[in-house]
Amino acid sequence: MTAAIETENLTKDFPVGFWRPRPYRALDNLTLQVEAGEVFGLLGPNGAGKSTTLKLLMQLLYPTRGTARILGRPVGDVSVRQRLGFLAENPYYYDYLTAEELLSYFAKLFGYRGDDVPTRVTRVLDEAGLGAERRMRLRQFSKGMLQRVALAQALINDPEVVFLDEPMSGLDPLGRKQVRDLILRLRARGCTVFFCSHILSDAEALCSRVAIMAQGKMVASGKLVEILAFELKGWELVVANVTGEARAELDKRARQVTPLADGRFMVDLPPTADPARLMHELSGRGIELVSLNPVRDTLEDYFVQTVAAAAPRQTGGV
Amino acid sequence: MRAVFLVAGAVFKESVRDRVPYGMVMFAVLMIAASYLISQLTAGQDLKIIKDLGLAALSIFGLLIAVFIGIGLVSKEVEKKSVFGLLAKPVTRAQFILGKYLGLVLTLAVNLVVMTVAFYLVLFYMDMTMPAMVKAGWPAPAPDPRLLIAIGLIVAELALVTAVALFFSTFSSPLLSALLTLGLWVAGHFNSDLRRFENVVDVPAAAWVARGLYYVLPNLAPFNVKAEVVYGMPVSATHVGYTLLYALVYISVLLTAATAIFRRRDFK
Repeated sequence: MTAAIETENLTKDFPVGFWRPRPYRALDNLTLQVEAGEVFGLLGPNGAGKSTTLKLLMQLLYPTRGTARILGRPVGDVSVRQRLGFLAENPYYYDYLTAEELLSYFAKLFGYRGDDVPTRVTRVLDEAGLGAERRMRLRQFSKGMLQRVALAQALINDPEVVFLDEPMSGLDPLGRKQVRDLILRLRARGCTVFFCSHILSDAEALCSRVAIMAQGKMVASGKLVEILAFELKGWELVVANVTGEARAELDKRARQVTPLADGRFMVDLPPTADPARLMHELSGRGIELVSLNPVRDTLEDYFVQTVAAAAPRQTGGV
Repeated sequence: MRAVFLVAGAVFKESVRDRVPYGMVMFAVLMIAASYLISQLTAGQDLKIIKDLGLAALSIFGLLIAVFIGIGLVSKEVEKKSVFGLLAKPVTRAQFILGKYLGLVLTLAVNLVVMTVAFYLVLFYMDMTMPAMVKAGWPAPAPDPRLLIAIGLIVAELALVTAVALFFSTFSSPLLSALLTLGLWVAGHFNSDLRRFENVVDVPAAAWVARGLYYVLPNLAPFNVKAEVVYGMPVSATHVGYTLLYALVYISVLLTAATAIFRRRDFK
């Protein structure tokens, strides 16, 4: 497979201070490759350099050092943007326009003409769930609706590569599900998706590969199946109708028993426990099983460990 | 070039939906209409006052539109980050700057057409209502087509001022851009004095600096032919041609500089 996105030693320093500006390294020697057709997640805490990376790839920022190529072309090549979609973090668009006008404007910038423009606009607005609001001015839109417009404009040209910066930001659970489904549809049609997110469960569900950034550096990268061993770490049991006697039995066997609302308890069992046998024993005492889930390594665990171990950021004299 | 026109169209659409230019145009039209009433208070100078006030209204309100929209053309896009979405499309930064500029010039031109129509309506009314004896004493007819020469040069001057505002807008805040643009507009009208600075000051270095500024700062005095037109004096085609050529060259230099600055900018 050919690389859809490549960066080599991509570095960005920002001057900090007025009289004697010192360089602040926002991104440090980022080298990565994203294959065509994969969904790649760039993860990291605030200030890790994720948005800086995206802006360098869209040439909204110029690198201090290093190179980046998209679809085999240097990022400075304007013609390659014909094949790209981009959703910025907390996007703002011209609020005096309606959603339909904004998307028509952008479609025309991509060179579409005639009937192709309204056809595309209608399609992407429907996909984004804004079919009914197409003639509303953007200043009347809620944050979630603006996020959907932003997503729609990123897809107006049927891009080969889509860059999404926090695509779930501001969306309600239904909106998040729609975006997840949309990303899966993009993947199904062979589109490369490069997205930055704080929401690790989304990355875990969608990405084939991830890179974790901390303090401007890439501290880990790889396929999810390689990063996470998915080892069983224990069992999480939620039970109801717990009598005093049953509670004492649970306390003996569990690592922790946490009371929940409505008389329910969350029971943290070690991996060696046999929850089926335990339930069989306890059911005789009137205990009701609400849920039982295995606890495995998650991306969140890995993320927290990796980010915590990252070296402090380099400042000055870089 | 299509991208340039699309960006220009968006600027024009924004200005059409923005209430600020409407207010200014309405105010200018009212002022032109009011000039007719003011002229009634004067004896024999009525037509001159209407023409003076009308052309001044066109010039001042055009200037306000050029400066106060021009200073926000680029800086507002950068501040609100709408530039991210636009520059991620197949649009070069040069196309963005040129489109923004042409959009505002189109807005100005349309606003000035509205003001000019109002101006000529007042002049036609004056022409129709005044007795022939009074009209015989006028240096030029009321709805004088030569007023269009003055208005054309006002448009050219405003196009230049717009380029100045846009240039500052690419690297400074709106407030500073407004101050610098208005400062240059004032300096531009007194620019010819800098050329003769050595006659006033004995310090050669100061004279050199003044002469340097004379060549760098825009020279806006030639764009002002209001007095000649109001008094029915001829305005040569050569003067108009050279002034328009000067505007074209100055605007080209400013837009090239604005593009060069904007091309190097990082958008954080």
